[in-house]
Order: sequence, then C-alpha cells, then structure tokens
Amino acid sequence: MTRNGPFALLFSTLFVIFMVAPLVVVVGVSLTPEGFLEFPPSGLSLRWFQAILDNPDFIDAAWISLYLGFASATLATVLAVPAALAIGRRRFGGRDFLLALFMSPLTVPTIVLGIAFLRFLTAVGLSGTFLGLTLCHAVIITPFILRLVLASVTGLDRTIERAAESLGASSLTVFRRVTLPMIMPGVVGGWVLAFITSFDELTVTVFIVNPSTTTLPVRLFAHITQTTDPLVASISTVVILFTVALMFLIERLYGLDRLLVGESGR
Amino acid sequence: MAAVGDPTRPKAAPWLLSGPALVLFVALLLVPLLMTFVLSFNSFGFYTGIEPTFGLHNYLDVLGDEYFHEIFARTFGIALVTTLLCAAIGTPEAYFLYRMRGRWRSAVLLVVLGPLLISVVVRTLGWAILLGNRGVINTALIDLELITRPIKMMYTTGGIVIALVHVMVPFMVIAVWAALHRQDPATEQAAESLGAGPITIFFRVVLPQAMPGVLSGSLIVFSLSASAFATPAILGGRRVKVVSTTVYDEFLSTLNWPLGAAIAMLLLVAVLLVMASYNRLVERRFAQVFG
Repeated sequence: MTRNGPFALLFSTLFVIFMVAPLVVVVGVSLTPEGFLEFPPSGLSLRWFQAILDNPDFIDAAWISLYLGFASATLATVLAVPAALAIGRRRFGGRDFLLALFMSPLTVPTIVLGIAFLRFLTAVGLSGTFLGLTLCHAVIITPFILRLVLASVTGLDRTIERAAESLGASSLTVFRRVTLPMIMPGVVGGWVLAFITSFDELTVTVFIVNPSTTTLPVRLFAHITQTTDPLVASISTVVILFTVALMFLIERLYGLDRLLVGESGR
Repeated sequence: MAAVGDPTRPKAAPWLLSGPALVLFVALLLVPLLMTFVLSFNSFGFYTGIEPTFGLHNYLDVLGDEYFHEIFARTFGIALVTTLLCAAIGTPEAYFLYRMRGRWRSAVLLVVLGPLLISVVVRTLGWAILLGNRGVINTALIDLELITRPIKMMYTTGGIVIALVHVMVPFMVIAVWAALHRQDPATEQAAESLGAGPITIFFRVVLPQAMPGVLSGSLIVFSLSASAFATPAILGGRRVKVVSTTVYDEFLSTLNWPLGAAIAMLLLVAVLLVMASYNRLVERRFAQVFG
C-alpha cells in the first residue's frame, strides 16, 4: 500500500483542525480572567471554574445526569443482555421483529420520541420524575448496548458452555460463570457507551424534565439559548474533560474504534 | 449453528429472555408513539386545551400553510447540503485514515471519532463562539483587515450547516472506513502497477468500492440532520426555524400539542419515506452493477 502524499497530509491536518476548533475555543474561553467571551484569552485564570461552585443549579443538574446515566445504562444492560442472547444465538419466529423493535429508537427522529414520551408520561403521571426519565433513557440507549453485546454473542464458541452443562452446571451457573465472562467486554463497552449517550442526551430529555430533575445538557442548553458567557464555557470544559477521560477508559477496555465502528473496523 | 432445533431447549426461552425488554419497549415506545399519532388528530383551543375530537385539520393546516412549507423546505435543504458536504470531506478523510499506520492512525481516529461522544450542546457552543458577529472568526478576519464588517454567520442556515457537518461527519467517516476495510488492497496495487496516478486510483478504483459506505453514511447523516434539534436551536434560534425547533415551540411555548404532534408525524413519515425510497434506489443501482 502506498503512503499518504502531501495533499493527504494537508487535507487531514485541515480536517483535524476543523474537528477540534470548536472544542479548543470552548476550553480557551473558559480560561479568561475577564467577564466576557474572548479568544484567545488575554490571561489565564480559573475564575470561571471557581464560579461553577457558586452555581448549585449546574452542580445539581450534573449529579442528576450522573445518576440518570448510571440508572438507565444499568437498566438497559440488564434488559439488553438476555435479549441479545436470545436474538444472537436462536432462530425463532418473531426474531426479526424483536431486533427491528429494539433497534428502532435509532431510526425514529429523536424529536418524535421526545414528544411521544412527554405525551405518555403526562398521561400516566410520571412526567418530570426521575423514574420516567430513567425508563425513557433506557429505551433510547438499548440499541447501543444490544449492538455491542450481539457482536460478542454471535462469535461465541459454544463448546465451553456445553462442557459446563455436561458437567452438571445449571443454566444460571453456565450463564454466570461461563457465558457472561466471555461477553463481558461487549457488555462493559455497551454500558459505557450507553452511559455517555444518556449523559449527553438533550432532544428527548428537554421535553420530560421538570425544574427539579433538569439534567446538565438541558440546563446548559437553556442557559446558552439565553446568553453565552464564560460560565457555560467552563462547565462545558469540565464536560469535555470528563468525556475525554471516559474515552481513554474505553480505549483501554474495549478500543474506541471497535466501539464506534464495529468489528469490521479492525 | 448447533443451537437450531436443539430439543433440550424449550421453545418459549427466547421470548422469556427478550420479555423484559419487550415489555419496556411496548409500554414506553409503541404505546407512546401510538398516543402521539392519535394526538395529532385531536384539536386544540386556547381556553379549552386539548379536545378529544378526531379529524385531519392539523395535517391540513400544516400542508396548506406556506409558513410550514418554508420550514420543511429549509429543514430538508439543510439536511441535503450537510449530507453532500459530509460525503465530500468525509470520504477522502476516511481513505487517508485507512492508509495511515500505527500511532498516527490512533491519534487521528481519536480526534475524528471522539467528538461523537462529546455533548452536542457543548460542540454547538463552540460553534456559537466561533461564528458570532464578535466571534473568533469575524474578529480574526477584521484584525487581519480582510473584511471591514463582520460576516453574519449566527442565525443563518449557513452557520447551522457548518456546525451540523461537524456533528455528522464522523458518521460518514465510520461508514466509509468500514467499507474500505472490505475492499481488496490488491486492486489498488494492480492499478498502481499499471501506471495509474493517485488521483486516478482514488476516483476509479477506491471510490467505486467505497460507494456502499458513502451511500449508507449519507442516509445516516441525512436522517439525523433532518431531525437535529440542539444545533439549529442554538445557532438558528427563533429566526431560522426548522421542523424540530417548530415542534419544540408548539409543545413548550404555544402548548398546541395536537399541531406539534402532526408536524412531528409528518417529519417521521418524510424521514421514513426518504429512507425507504433511498434503499430501493440503491438496491436497484447495485443490482444493475452486480446483477
């Protein structure tokens, strides 16, 4: 295979600049000592990071987002793993229907999901509750987990499970001691991807929160549509750093390309 | 697969395993979508709220009003231009990435795919800071004396497209990259040994083989752009409305839920129609090539 020429390198450089530019300006703006947006910053100051501590609204919202991410990713994983085992290794009537149903949140426009959840949660009296948010987020993030667990289930060697069965292990023991450890990378990768997706979700969430369950993206969004100040930049910088830390965790645990591209990317 | 027809395994097991997820999806996806569909036929009064009547008036209102025509046209226009730009810059980048090796490839891959995981609100904030009248780009251009008055980029469709390309292009790179990994590298070497230049190789050998990836990536980018919310809401505001921000306003400002539901249903139908016809078109095209 031939190497990339100068044009390819130039193109890639410009592409990388395009991809990082908006993130760099957010981080840059957050370091300003001034009371307004400026880039590059005239000096370096952590003043606007200090200011986050004076805004309990944002800190509360961040906690809700973290709890919500944990709760919904865990619920979705508990539901998606057995479903993936059924869909991935059995042939049964309705299998294609189930797969299509579980993957459908990726196809239906998120705005449509948002108003559908609002309509439903209002009707059953769960609108704005943490439980309602958790259930709705679980629906949206299930496809991400299902896809990764399916990928690890389909390549699985059945002989080890048969060996365990033939030695008298119950099906629960086989799952816990043999199957689960083998699909663990897919399960963990799926959980982390689901957590991040829930943590970042805006379009659906903006419809179904109330003031006491407002998540961080919704709070940021509401603030940005009113005004952009260095405070939102410093909060966004914290979000960027948190996400980058998770990204490195994924890269170590599972491989970022495998998580986002799938097996064919390797 | 050995498990097929395994007599020791009960037939109901797959349904038991999928049962909990199925319950969640029926209760929190199928039922809500059905309720929203019904809602779109109800009517709304400013004093009475939602009335349980049943008629097509919301749809007729949207389909007969030039205001909504403009919003739908703008939405699909933005989605189309975004898709074309993503294909134009994502495809070569995926190819260059495919040819990179080792540490370089990991680093560039991280930069290209990483933004997918970072909140769209945060990324759009970055573009708002870059594109504003007193934003980074305008200030730099004025300081360099290239322009005297700022170029208006906030609250324009152009600004929305730029930011959407940033949000969507990783999906295109992923799709094309996956397609490139399925091609045979020997075809490139064959073309090279026969004296083809790099440009000829890209357009005559690589691109045709990457085409399934470009096409599937385009479909993803188009449908996500047509229903994108955060980016047009922050960069377009009330001045440059798209379908999703209109639905948002109907639900949370005007409180005319039935009309909002009708607009959302039309968006859903439009996106599904585009996907279905696109798939048929692509299948027919490839049937001609390979058939």
